[in-house]
Amino acid sequence: MGNFLSWMLPPGASTFVGDIDWIYYLILVVTGVAFFAVEIALVVFLVKYRKRPGGKATYVHGSTRAEIIWTSVTAVVVVVIGLLSAPAWDKIKGREGVPPNAMPIGIAAKQFEWNITYPGADGKLGTTDDFTVRGQLHVPVDKPTVATLTSVDAIHSFFVPSFRIKQDAVPGMHIRVWFQPTKVGEYELGCAELCGLGHYRMRAIVTVHTQEDYDRWVAQQAHAVAQR
Amino acid sequence: MATTATGTTPFTYDHGHEHVDDRSFIRKYIFSTDHKIIGIQFLIMSLTFLLLGGMLAMVMRWQLGFPGKPLPGGTLLPDTYTSGGVVLPEFYNSAVTMHGTFMVFFAIMPLLVGVFGNYLIPLKIGAPDMAFPRINMASFWTAVPAGLLMLAGFFVEGGSAAAGWTSYAPLSARSDLTGVHLGQIFWCVSLIVLGLSSIMGSFNYITTVINLRAPGMNWFRLPLSIWALFVTACLVLLAIPVLSGAAILLLFDQTIGTHFFDPQAGGQPLLWQHLFWFFGHPEVYILILPGMGMVSDIIANGARKPVFGYTSMVLAIIAIGFLGWGVWGHHMFQSGMNPTLGTTFMISTLLIAVPSAIKTFNWLGTIWKGQITFHVPMLHALAFVSMFVIGGLSGVFMAASPFDIYIHDTYFIVAHLHYVLFGGSLFAIFAAVTYWYPKMFGRMMNPTVGKVHFWLTLVFYNCTFFPMHQLGLHGHMRRIYDPTQYAFLKDLQPVNTFISISAFLLFATQFIFAANFIMSWFKGEKAPNNPWLDNGLEWTLPSPPPHGNFATVPTVYRGPYEYSSPHSDQDYIPQNVPTPGGGYGAPHTQPAGD
Amino acid sequence: MAHAAAIHTEDVMLPPPAREAGAGVYTEKLGMWIFLGSEVMFFTALIGTYVILRFAHPSSWKNPGEVLNIPVTAVNTFLLICSSVTMVKAFAAVQDGLLRQLRLWLVATCIIGASFVGVQVYEYTHLIEKGFVPSEGLYGSTFYTMTGFHGFHVTMGVICMIYVTLKAFRGKYTQADHRGVEVIGLYWHFVDLVWIILFTIVYLI
Repeated sequence: MGNFLSWMLPPGASTFVGDIDWIYYLILVVTGVAFFAVEIALVVFLVKYRKRPGGKATYVHGSTRAEIIWTSVTAVVVVVIGLLSAPAWDKIKGREGVPPNAMPIGIAAKQFEWNITYPGADGKLGTTDDFTVRGQLHVPVDKPTVATLTSVDAIHSFFVPSFRIKQDAVPGMHIRVWFQPTKVGEYELGCAELCGLGHYRMRAIVTVHTQEDYDRWVAQQAHAVAQR
Repeated sequence: MATTATGTTPFTYDHGHEHVDDRSFIRKYIFSTDHKIIGIQFLIMSLTFLLLGGMLAMVMRWQLGFPGKPLPGGTLLPDTYTSGGVVLPEFYNSAVTMHGTFMVFFAIMPLLVGVFGNYLIPLKIGAPDMAFPRINMASFWTAVPAGLLMLAGFFVEGGSAAAGWTSYAPLSARSDLTGVHLGQIFWCVSLIVLGLSSIMGSFNYITTVINLRAPGMNWFRLPLSIWALFVTACLVLLAIPVLSGAAILLLFDQTIGTHFFDPQAGGQPLLWQHLFWFFGHPEVYILILPGMGMVSDIIANGARKPVFGYTSMVLAIIAIGFLGWGVWGHHMFQSGMNPTLGTTFMISTLLIAVPSAIKTFNWLGTIWKGQITFHVPMLHALAFVSMFVIGGLSGVFMAASPFDIYIHDTYFIVAHLHYVLFGGSLFAIFAAVTYWYPKMFGRMMNPTVGKVHFWLTLVFYNCTFFPMHQLGLHGHMRRIYDPTQYAFLKDLQPVNTFISISAFLLFATQFIFAANFIMSWFKGEKAPNNPWLDNGLEWTLPSPPPHGNFATVPTVYRGPYEYSSPHSDQDYIPQNVPTPGGGYGAPHTQPAGD
Repeated sequence: MAHAAAIHTEDVMLPPPAREAGAGVYTEKLGMWIFLGSEVMFFTALIGTYVILRFAHPSSWKNPGEVLNIPVTAVNTFLLICSSVTMVKAFAAVQDGLLRQLRLWLVATCIIGASFVGVQVYEYTHLIEKGFVPSEGLYGSTFYTMTGFHGFHVTMGVICMIYVTLKAFRGKYTQADHRGVEVIGLYWHFVDLVWIILFTIVYLI
């Protein structure tokens, strides 16, 4: 369990890893410094100013200068963290952030499964060659995919830890969420919002293909749909 | 007299029985209007719920640490809870929900507000009782049925509520989604009833602080505990009705077929979240502010030094009280609300870190150059500061909305909220209970046992909650019954087992506290009036103080933190002792500046 | 306890001078003001819900007057406003020490307040007969919740008002001390004010 007690984030596989992970490390350093400063000061004071026979505490009520310093320093630090974080938020979640060339898919969550609708060969949703697969998310590598998330019952949450993406699926809403995988492989998709008894097993496999493999997979699925 | 001695309306001041305490046992201890008795009643009720909530946490930790293994004693539970002793998902979800509900609404909140709001406010401001003692009594006796109703959920068909303590609609609104019908209804009704209790309590506290202060007890001589309880009462007063409103809408959706949160009929699931968190974020501060206030009192006492920066401490409490209303959206970054709002809520959330930081630095300033006595309350108070720092700093991670995408609804949040609610609030409660226990019960708690309890709690607490940060950083979701379902979580199982064992030890340690609490009540050393040599008005009274508190109205000459003053040979001057050489008292509570 | 006795030998309409200066009003009145702050938040939550749902889903609402009977409710609104007037009269009477008039106006307030509730019950029965029930879409959901909770507040108000009236008949209020009358009046005017807002947004818009 040693490496699980490390403060490093697990490896990721989407373009958001670069946008998000450095904010984490930045905050980790800033809060780490604050943490050690405060805790060390606390321990030092406790040892140094412990009660001694005949000792008398210094009669002081405060220091306006100190108050101004630590108030303003804290305020500046948090505002800077906010300003540095804002662009990543706009890119990932902003309504203008979705790349125009992203491949559209539809994800309908229901207790306790993910139904994913693919656009078929024409690359457009809402046409006759669409097909729906349960529990399997297949996407091409290095290409943005935009999913329209919805739910038919409770609120679910679409969470792919390796992609650093999470978005609630809310019944009655169609929320767009996009991502661009960077590594071929298999990943896990989980539900992050309590949605009922089967919440813990509302899992799906995310397969990132090369473009050729993805096209082959789409053709296979289309074939299977046609035969049905 | 005849016109005023009896209440003119349900809202009048109770003037009965001032001269001789001839009340019957029931009037004195059961249906009592004495704020001190009501505080102790709340103490017993909320400690009971703390135990129940802790037991539910143990069930969860068993399942997470040892998934699929039979719960010890699990076979004794009904078949709807366990199968062959193994916890079922139904029981797990119900434990998740009721653990949160019990701890937030029936343990921490009444412990801080119900117990210490009641007990301390009149004593510390020099009042004979609350402004409305009978409403105060009604407040407690409304909370009891609310608690019983919440408990009753476990004994009805379908079990207790199982949609999380946040009860997100539509999961909570549709029984076909959870399999729980009556339990969810009980949850709503119980919180509506508890809301009445909280509102009765809070307007009482606010009125009392504004109108019943002893002469000389001006606003800037109020102890920080009273300031914090006052601002908290304002938050309760204004936030709880929003929860009540939301719970009523949810109740109607469940029972009479309205469609507030039903998207098929145009209702909005996110509306529940907005209402809930508009209440819920002030609630977070309701759960920490009183702790901050009482810890400030105790740290100044332990360090034998005035609180550093009293004015900025007061302003920080007020600032938190205001800013707390503008940050609720940070619970909803991933909910699908307008992303532009996300940026606004990120900035407001980060800014609320500032008053918390001010308080932390001022606590450090208070112990700086002190003469620190490590009595048991002081140890808990120092642990509060140390743990609150971790909880506060971990909050910065999720305040930054892009990183929140990753850690939202993971164990990182669980770690954060327990560092604030257990590391913060509960350590403050331990500090406060051990500090005011002699005043409440007239006996001292055993300090040796207290220190053993403190150190074991501190160690096991950190072993339990600290590794949860790492679980979250690896993407471990909250509220999942069986983490081994996921390949990426399988390797984390040893961490989960470690956490569970620590949690069991942490839980077991609390029985030391319980034993000390109960034994001292009967066998403890008799407490003097002022065991901690504190300046507060309550310490000028006998332990426990008589009905009606002060025989003569005390006059207050200075702030509550005049420790180690050069004006005195002792290292403390009680607030009601006239200044040698006369005068109405120098305004010592103002910071002296540089 | 000398201090407790001191409290009520003083002018009870003022804060006890022995204490630190408070809000400058007596405790019962202050308590009611603070309690009304809580009530404001409660109705804000309900009205906010209404506004959000209606903006998001305007098609669920029928045109004013199509389902709801505006004339009947307009008369009812007038009744409630009248009861505020009688309440003011009652307070003015007791301030002048006219205790017989105080009882008269309080009785009038009770009757008019109870009539308001009665008319609301009549309105509900008719609407339900017509098939307009709480489960009737967002319109029914919000209508019954908002007017229902207001009606509940009026009912509570009438009960307290009857209590105050009975005390008035027992001669408990005087020119010097009539806190109960003033405090219940505050609540009554508040409930009246909420109704004017609700009537406007639920019935007229």
